[in-house]
Amino acid sequence: MKFDDNLPIYIQIMNEIKLMIVSGKLNTGDKLPSVRELAQEFGVNPNTIQRAFSELERENLVFAERTSGRYITNDGGIIMELKNNLAEEEIIKFLNYMKKIGFEEKEIIEKIKTMNRGEQ
Amino acid sequence: MNNNIPNIVEIKNLSKNYNKKEVLKNINFNITEGQIVGLFGTNGSGKTTLIKIMAGLLKEYSGDVKIGGENVGVYTKSIVSYLPEKTYFNKNTTAEDAISIFSDFYTDFNADKAKSMLKELSLSETQRIGTMSKGMQEKLQLIMVMSREARLYLLDEPLGGVDPASRDYILDTIIKNYNEKSSILLSTHLIHDVERIFDKAVFIKDGNIVLNEYVDVIRDEKGTSIDKLFREVYK
Repeated sequence: MKFDDNLPIYIQIMNEIKLMIVSGKLNTGDKLPSVRELAQEFGVNPNTIQRAFSELERENLVFAERTSGRYITNDGGIIMELKNNLAEEEIIKFLNYMKKIGFEEKEIIEKIKTMNRGEQ
Repeated sequence: MNNNIPNIVEIKNLSKNYNKKEVLKNINFNITEGQIVGLFGTNGSGKTTLIKIMAGLLKEYSGDVKIGGENVGVYTKSIVSYLPEKTYFNKNTTAEDAISIFSDFYTDFNADKAKSMLKELSLSETQRIGTMSKGMQEKLQLIMVMSREARLYLLDEPLGGVDPASRDYILDTIIKNYNEKSSILLSTHLIHDVERIFDKAVFIKDGNIVLNEYVDVIRDEKGTSIDKLFREVYK
């Protein structure tokens, strides 16, 4: 994985795991790899993975079982909310960019509707 | 962050002169157990001197250097695994010889680990060191040093002579093979692509520590990579 220079690496790893959750690569109740395994996979310091896990726990996306490891939340509602938040973040970025290049909100919506999206 | 974790290294008011030239000027810093710390600085900034003092190779200095709670000496050498800037193996020896030398020297040396790392990095046990490329020699040396179950690893420029592809491999080897209770101090002037492994960055400039901060905090507060910050500090 290529890391962005300007964002703490633990946040980038959190984002990556969130993406795996909403895209269904990781399902509710799935066990997460260990800190060590993920550290090797991402090529980062284990403390960084530890930090990402703690933050994901704080956001209730992940829970820890005392002996057996960490799991993705069983609460589908939390995952829906995450999906929503990620979508909104992306839309805000998109809207900001469109405004920057001179589109009004109405024009943006019109553009989305009428655009020829080719292979999509 | 990490307030209750003990320090493996505690350095107070450390100064060092070579003749009249002051190389380290009243340095203070600690390394917490379990952390990987990057020691960055341009050539001649004092990195190697600092590491050599911690490794017990330079005995004349003023100030206080404690590792594992003790002054640098026989005990600290037993818990510190040091990778020097230059290789010290005899050109006629092989990896196999090096393993037997290390097994004799260090009770914490894990020969099986060394052998499996040799295999992973595709190094032969029987090739003479004199016939190895610089990069291969560096890899071998790193394998030997990382195969000790030490509490502190001092790695002085472990990436100097290796190509970028091997660099990644070496970094992965370091991450894979250090025990999470031990600590690493790694000096380098190559920052880009390396900073992903560090908890903390220490910048040393003209014998002074000019920055000692968590990498996450630097990115959070300054919104910049260590590499960019380094270029600012040293320009």
